[in-house]
Amino acid sequence: MAEIFWLIPFVPAASALVLVLFGRRLPKRYVSFQACGAVFVSFGLAAFSFLGLLNASPEHGPLIKTLFSWIGVGAFKAGFSFQFDPLSAIMALVVTGVGFLIHIYSVGYMSQDKGYARYFAHLNLFTFAMLVLVLASNMVLMFVGWEGVGLCSYLLIGFWFEKPSAAKAGMKAFIVNRIGDAGFVLGILFLVMTVGSSEFSAIEAAIGNGLLSQGLATLIAILLFIGACGKSAQLPLHVWLPDAMEGPTPVSALIHAATMVTAGVYMVARLNVLYTFSGTVGPIVALVGALTAVFAATMALVQNDIKRVLAYSTISQLGYMFIGCGVGAYAAGIFHLYTHAFFKSLLFLAAGSVIHALSGEQDMRRMGGLKKYLPWTYPVFLVGAVAIAGVPFLSGFFSKDAILTQAFGQRQYVIWVLGLAGAVMTAFYMFRLIFLTFYGGERLDPEAKKHLHESPKVMTVPLAILAFFSITAGYVGLPAVLGKKADVFGRFLEPVIKPAAEGHLGLGTEWFLILISVVVAFLGIFIAHAFYLKKPGIPHGLVARFPRFYKLLYNKYYVDEIYDGAVVNPLITGSEWIYGHFDLKVIDGTVNSSASAAGFFGKILSYLQTGLVKDYALIFLLGIVIFIGVLLF
Amino acid sequence: MIPASYFFLLSVILFVLGIIAFFLKRDLITQLMSVEIMLNAANLAFLALAKSSNFLDAQVIVFFIITVAAAEAAIGLAIIMLIFRQKKSIKTEDMRSMKG
Repeated sequence: MAEIFWLIPFVPAASALVLVLFGRRLPKRYVSFQACGAVFVSFGLAAFSFLGLLNASPEHGPLIKTLFSWIGVGAFKAGFSFQFDPLSAIMALVVTGVGFLIHIYSVGYMSQDKGYARYFAHLNLFTFAMLVLVLASNMVLMFVGWEGVGLCSYLLIGFWFEKPSAAKAGMKAFIVNRIGDAGFVLGILFLVMTVGSSEFSAIEAAIGNGLLSQGLATLIAILLFIGACGKSAQLPLHVWLPDAMEGPTPVSALIHAATMVTAGVYMVARLNVLYTFSGTVGPIVALVGALTAVFAATMALVQNDIKRVLAYSTISQLGYMFIGCGVGAYAAGIFHLYTHAFFKSLLFLAAGSVIHALSGEQDMRRMGGLKKYLPWTYPVFLVGAVAIAGVPFLSGFFSKDAILTQAFGQRQYVIWVLGLAGAVMTAFYMFRLIFLTFYGGERLDPEAKKHLHESPKVMTVPLAILAFFSITAGYVGLPAVLGKKADVFGRFLEPVIKPAAEGHLGLGTEWFLILISVVVAFLGIFIAHAFYLKKPGIPHGLVARFPRFYKLLYNKYYVDEIYDGAVVNPLITGSEWIYGHFDLKVIDGTVNSSASAAGFFGKILSYLQTGLVKDYALIFLLGIVIFIGVLLF
Repeated sequence: MIPASYFFLLSVILFVLGIIAFFLKRDLITQLMSVEIMLNAANLAFLALAKSSNFLDAQVIVFFIITVAAAEAAIGLAIIMLIFRQKKSIKTEDMRSMKG
């Protein structure tokens, strides 16, 4: 097996370099061809390496390719090295596969934009950074990818930087991520300090031979999880993701749904040995995930912006992935990551298609009845919604059920109940979105209606492909009731993720849990149907009866306002006070007074200058006479 | 044979004359000339030294001084020319723009 997997990230990197340098002068057709082609080549390489991995014997360790030694300080070494094992293979396939479809879609979506080449340059750069993140074989290189995707996220959220709100959202995402990253860096430093290396294999070995104490492992796991909270938008660092919707919609699909935001989940799954060993962090992760899942779902219930509903939905689904990782079902968490990549990017791209059709309208209150105008977008949107709602036989059902079953099996009943509550709301808000957008009376802006059109083929074909995978992707990870061998996905991951201790659930219990999941999904859809199709008065009635609660949800629990009041404003007023009292008075005062002191003494000394050459020469002579006099006597 | 001390004495007289001229005269040309006299006084001292004690290095130094003096005279005259074009004068007291 030729080791070509390390080439995967470099193809988009090369493309990004060319586009950054020459993109402006290249014709649009060529830009699209190169950007999409680079990701496709990457995908081909990833698929080829993946096939090689399938054929390799299971006891064969991970493939590691060290390109060069990057950092060498004393005993600590960090190589620029990539690792290819089942986990990174799946991630690389998702990133390049979904990424490729989104690139194609962008060709249509961004065709009128004047920053066309810049957009694709950043998109390629993002793909490179994400691939470095998932293929890195040590924490330090992973951190490079981790920051790289953060940078690209910032660049792409603020892509339309002429809009102040977009520029602000980009900065917000960047700054909130910094808070998480502080924890992440500390975690890496502690790891390096105790283990002496940040290679994943070395970390596992250190835990195996007792080099790492449990207390320290817990500390490291928590610090790294803080980083994951930032990147994956978990409580309380979730505030940046809804604002990130200011970016172009394909960016939201790629970065803020399918790939970057799942980096935290990937990191926890990658270090599953550490998290299992620490023992106490798992429940914390699960609890944060469950609270986020419910909390974000409640906010999604009342949003009117089609993309914001999807943003809160993403936060909520990321919560589910963390539930999976927290209860020890890392494979289930990654499985949900993988199915979520398909249906959530499908939903975002389909929403983008709706927005495109309505000339930029994002408010669902000015949509409705679009079903007959958008014959392609409507069915694929429906597929995505059904998949995320957890309706049986679609991908989302299998992965969400796997997580909830595992949570139940680990006796985490609180988590399980929270997860179910989140599932009802998920089904509800997705169908609320469907009904408000595609059904009911038309509330369109007359101007938008004039230009109403279905999106071009270049956008609808990727949608159809994603819809296909949203339906079928789940069949590689069937629930255990269908036989031990049904979970192909989990068994493929076994070299990286040791299967969790068996939950010892009876066959009856498992069927019962599946039944509950099904009931929950249909309950949510049914309520949405009742609220928004049958009796449209109910939501207004509820708002009228619980105005405070509605306002609380509508204003996103005032989290942004709390942060403004508790952190941002004190910082600003404090900085202004320091500016006025310290910068202006002390620093500027010191500099200015030293300047005027120099001027003052200069003025005094300048009286010595007569300007007459003869005077100078006389002093010169005197000097020489004194000099010689001293020399002689 | 004239004793070397006579040459040294002549050298000192020339040098002092150069200094006095430099400080008493007020035009740049004369001052330049007095600098040349001082330089040549030094030359004479070196040559007297070389003659009296067979110290050949002193002769080499004289060549250097003559070269430097030639260059100095060329540049000095050029500067004086330019100053005259600007100020229509070569009196030193007319050049006081460095006064504090």
